[in-house]
Amino acid sequence: MTDATQQTPTRGARTGFSMGEGMKRVLIGVLSVVIGVLAWHIGAMNTSPLFLPSPWSVAKTTGEMIADGSLFVAIGASAWRIAAGWAAGVIIGVPLGLFMGRFQIVRLLCDPWIEFFRFIPPIAFVTLAVIWLGPGEITKIALIFYCTVFIVTINTIAGVENVNQLRLQAARSMGASKLTEMTTVIFPSAVPFMITGARIAMGNSFLTVVSAEIVSAQTGLGSMIWTARNFGRTDWVFVGIISLGILGYLFDRAFRMATRKWFRRFLF
Amino acid sequence: MSNGASIELGHVGISFGTAQIVSNVNLDIKPGEFVCLLGPSGCGKSTLLNAIAGFLPVAGSISVGGDRVTKPGLDRGVVFQSAEVLFPWLTIRENVEYGLKIRGVAKAERAKKAEHFIGMVGLAHAADKFPKELSGGMRQRAQIARVLINEPSVVLMDEPFGALDAQTREVLQEELDRLWRKTGCTIVFVTHDIWEALLLADRVVVMTAGPRAGIKTIQPIDLPHPRDAASPECLELFRRLRDDIGEEVKRALEQQGLNREEEPAT
Ligand SMILES: Nc1ncnc2c1ncn2[C@@H]1O[C@H](COP(=O)(O)OP(=O)(O)OP(=O)(O)O)[C@@H](O)[C@H]1O
Ligand SMILES: [Mg+2]
Repeated sequence: MTDATQQTPTRGARTGFSMGEGMKRVLIGVLSVVIGVLAWHIGAMNTSPLFLPSPWSVAKTTGEMIADGSLFVAIGASAWRIAAGWAAGVIIGVPLGLFMGRFQIVRLLCDPWIEFFRFIPPIAFVTLAVIWLGPGEITKIALIFYCTVFIVTINTIAGVENVNQLRLQAARSMGASKLTEMTTVIFPSAVPFMITGARIAMGNSFLTVVSAEIVSAQTGLGSMIWTARNFGRTDWVFVGIISLGILGYLFDRAFRMATRKWFRRFLF
Repeated sequence: MSNGASIELGHVGISFGTAQIVSNVNLDIKPGEFVCLLGPSGCGKSTLLNAIAGFLPVAGSISVGGDRVTKPGLDRGVVFQSAEVLFPWLTIRENVEYGLKIRGVAKAERAKKAEHFIGMVGLAHAADKFPKELSGGMRQRAQIARVLINEPSVVLMDEPFGALDAQTREVLQEELDRLWRKTGCTIVFVTHDIWEALLLADRVVVMTAGPRAGIKTIQPIDLPHPRDAASPECLELFRRLRDDIGEEVKRALEQQGLNREEEPAT
């Protein structure tokens, strides 16, 4: 509690709220968490630890897993898979979307495949991925890549189609070639869409990594949640879930800070 | 600096699908001339301007400086009605430098020229702001600087001051008159404001109501600059243009089913 309240002045100032306003926002958030944990505690007092472990026992388990290092190994494994698959997906998805949005022939060639695959979740490919790529790291990364590249491509296409036609005409009448047009008008216009796509893809990558790790991994948060079943350790499941939530929050925070720092001028 | 190029329109027709918007337009514009296009809303003024800019395919022929127009080109600068066309991700300076930059003009020269043109439209204090931080009139001036820096021999303007308040418009009209004199470029200027046309133009072209719009009358304005809107000659010309356009506007409205005489009294 005290930690959170001490943070408020700087945070309030940075986001442009008055100190009081920022403090109030954080306090309400903290209050909500405290109420949630209390409700959890009361629920745990009336059930068995196997059904619902208490917040305290989960905290203790977390402490043990931090001490023996196993928690960070799990978090590190999952975070690495997400980061690698997601980054590769964004790096491929952006140019793919630009080309598909720009050149009708590419679009027509890819369209049936996109329309087909967009309804198939990555989880459906877990078995195939293991058969084709083996049980190693690359399988998990490939699945996250698959879910990311889709969302980023589709969003980038939307961004290209949304480009202001008058701006394109203006660029052409100032001597822009097809290539210049692409790099100086279409790309910047589509950046907000790419960012939205990348952010949604980040969320989906978390869904994907857990299912992939449940099926085929010895490490990672998904695997940790799954093996808990064999040992009747419901508290491990909770540690895994809480870690996922916090990890996701941190990834999203970092992503937003980075885009605001590097792409600020494109977020009009 | 840049000197004006001639514009020749020969039997120009423009269609969207099966709808013929502009039909059989013949017009010769001399180098350095300032021509205003007037006409009822929806008759095809913007369409004709876009055709000269090279944004639209046409029947007949359009030549600028003797060369057939087939696509947009640096010789024809376009000032759009909406300053939305400024790139919101670039500062005013970067917007103005855009044309030079994509042609690979060296940084130092670019900066020098941009400084000059930004100063010319009175935006030196706002050069490093983004378009969204500027007022409508300032954005429109930025757009004009962004076009003029490329030293086009023809400047095509589509109601560039249409969205501005009367005072700002007046100031910019005077600015434009001054810039036109200084650069000697040819200007085709679309407006629906008869006074604006009288103030600026060497010749006013009045278009007929669409569809298949053409040229109704061409009115030379042989008055010295700067012009006095209250002078008897100006008033006489105003009356004549107003009657010409009035007829066409009435026809246009009738076609759209807005016949005032037939309106039932309520
Ligand atoms: N892309 C298009 N597709 C089909 N029809 C179009 C298109 N652009 C314009 N038109 C039609 O062409 C006609 C002329 O339009 P244009 O914009 O040139 O009129 P305008 O004279 O500039 O009118 P305003 O004074 O209101 O700007 C209109 O009837 C319009 O509906
Ligand atoms: Mg128009």
